[in-house]
Amino acid sequence: MLYREAGQFKTSYTADQAIFPIRQDRVALLIFGLVAVFAVPALSSNYFLETIFVPFLVFALAAIGLNILTGYCGQLSLGTGGFMACGAFFSYKLATAFPDLHIVAVFLLGGLGTAAVGVLFGLPSLRIKGFYLAVATLAAQFFLVWMFNKFPWWTNYSPSGVISAPPRDILPGFAVTGSGGDPAVKYLFLLVLVAVLALVAKNLVRSRIGRSWMAIRDMDIAAEIIGIRPLWAKLSAFAVSSFFIGIAGALWAFVYTGSVEALAFQIDRSFQVLFMVIIGGMGSILGSFLGAAFIVLLPILLSNAPAVLGLQIRVEMISHLEFMIFGGLIIFFLIVEPHGLARLWQIGKEKLRLWPFPY
Amino acid sequence: MNPTATRFGIWTALVPLMITLLGLALQGLALVVPSMFFDWAFYLEVLTAGLLQGVLYSLVALGFVLIFKASGVFNFAQGSMVLFAALTMVGFIEMGLHWTLAFVVTAGVMVLLAITVEKVVLRPLVNQPHIILFMATIGIFYFLDGFGQMLWGSDVKVLDIGIPKAGATILTNGFDYGIQINSFDLVAALVGAVLVAVLAVFFQYTRVGRALRAGADDHQAALSVGIPLKTIWAIVWSVAGIVALVAGIMWGSKAGVQFSLALIALKALPVLILGGFTSIPGAIVGGLIIGAGEQVAEVFLGSLVGGAIQEWFAYMLALAFLLFRPQGLFGERIIERI
Repeated sequence: MLYREAGQFKTSYTADQAIFPIRQDRVALLIFGLVAVFAVPALSSNYFLETIFVPFLVFALAAIGLNILTGYCGQLSLGTGGFMACGAFFSYKLATAFPDLHIVAVFLLGGLGTAAVGVLFGLPSLRIKGFYLAVATLAAQFFLVWMFNKFPWWTNYSPSGVISAPPRDILPGFAVTGSGGDPAVKYLFLLVLVAVLALVAKNLVRSRIGRSWMAIRDMDIAAEIIGIRPLWAKLSAFAVSSFFIGIAGALWAFVYTGSVEALAFQIDRSFQVLFMVIIGGMGSILGSFLGAAFIVLLPILLSNAPAVLGLQIRVEMISHLEFMIFGGLIIFFLIVEPHGLARLWQIGKEKLRLWPFPY
Repeated sequence: MNPTATRFGIWTALVPLMITLLGLALQGLALVVPSMFFDWAFYLEVLTAGLLQGVLYSLVALGFVLIFKASGVFNFAQGSMVLFAALTMVGFIEMGLHWTLAFVVTAGVMVLLAITVEKVVLRPLVNQPHIILFMATIGIFYFLDGFGQMLWGSDVKVLDIGIPKAGATILTNGFDYGIQINSFDLVAALVGAVLVAVLAVFFQYTRVGRALRAGADDHQAALSVGIPLKTIWAIVWSVAGIVALVAGIMWGSKAGVQFSLALIALKALPVLILGGFTSIPGAIVGGLIIGAGEQVAEVFLGSLVGGAIQEWFAYMLALAFLLFRPQGLFGERIIERI
């Protein structure tokens, strides 16, 4: 009853092309934003902020990055972990070499560096696709992690190979990186950064360049015939995607964990982000958020569920069960809704529009 | 002679030449770079070890090829099937069964698993895009990992079915110290050869094999002449499961049965790229090239850049290969540009 767009007339092209054309959506988003900015840091403990909200935002950004490449441009990539490592280590070198550089500039420059690496490893995509491309990106994954692990220059000759994020302030007095820093400040910083970047991504995929990605994904030959250059479209998708993933990697190292080693960006990380994209919904920015929330929350729920239910299970048994349930749920989701949570959300909205009538 | 066999023959004939050329190249490099060590006997020894290691890669890659050929599914779970099979086999041996009996029982378990996968996962996902099926097999990968370790525990286990592991020295009169090879690796190579021969006969000369090939060629045409595709898929997954069991036994007796076995699946990917996704001889040759190349690169070139290049060398080799011959050495030539 409440969710109706009847009576909302569009009188300008700007209104017609708005991201959220329905007034109720805008109100809901505003309320959601207010809750995220004020209620979440005020009501949740530091533990919740650090173990759920901060990783959720970091992963959401990585998932947006991969979604641009895999969901919008149709290029399967298993190198997400390697590109995240790139972002983290580039930013670390920048932050330690230029201590006066503002931290946001460090992240953006780290992302740009990762974009360059992404373009380099995206070159094979001009000749190959599908699983063959996946193997090419696996080469990036293993090579990059090996490089950061092997050459001590990347870690400033730290004996353990672990980098610790240098403490930096976003505004004087508000530390966002390093082991110190108020989790609420970190959370708000991430929230703003990820929201801005998500907006950029959303507008990119609605623009000319995003449409050329989707054309390449849907049918490359047809896209070429209508005048889209595959070289340009694919490499720009690799660049933009790696830019986002690189920033996510930097945020992972600087804001989330505070100290990190190259081995934290193994192939598991790539699969984790790929799951987020698939479960959330390929080709959907909202889906990236939903998928990230699902994958971040699921292990926490699974490991706490036996205690809540009052079952006595050994710790290692829980970890095996987690694996099983995780795998089972992925198969279940793929069978029930191959287009992901974003599609479920869309179906829900359609139903809500007509409610209480069936059609 | 069909074209694949001819190409196979040509490649086999070229092998000694390529080995010599590679050796000469390394020799030349050693003359330029003083820190590099090169010795012909040592080179041949490393190469042999690499080739025999490659046989084990081939065994894993074989399972991939079987499933990809018949159903077009890229089965990421092959690695965890290897682990699961090996764990189950060890479990049955620990219960006191003789290893031959344990083998038969485990093969039965793998067939059951195949039927379950076909019924629960593949059938509901018919007609979905490849990437969805691929993701589903990653789901199977996670499930099997957890399931196997929950049933049989996650400790490193010893799998010993009495394959001798003594070293042997050959060509003692040709070189100063001869060339060391491990008899276990020879057994592995023999098992691999027998397995490929059995599979080739099965695919070429049996009724089921013919049906499998028909299903791989064209689903609809196969259905229209009365081949039950569902049964075919179950059979292919069963065969892949048994191949996984053999691979699991060989890997398990070489390196112990442990979680890292499942990750060998990732090493099988470059093998497939080299050999082609649809070719059984390709899987063997690809495995040999990857195994030998990786070993030689690690020993002779690894020290120049800090070692442990084994981790990524295979992928880089595959990447370089892809740029020149995307269909692999023996793969079907499907012209798919851009």
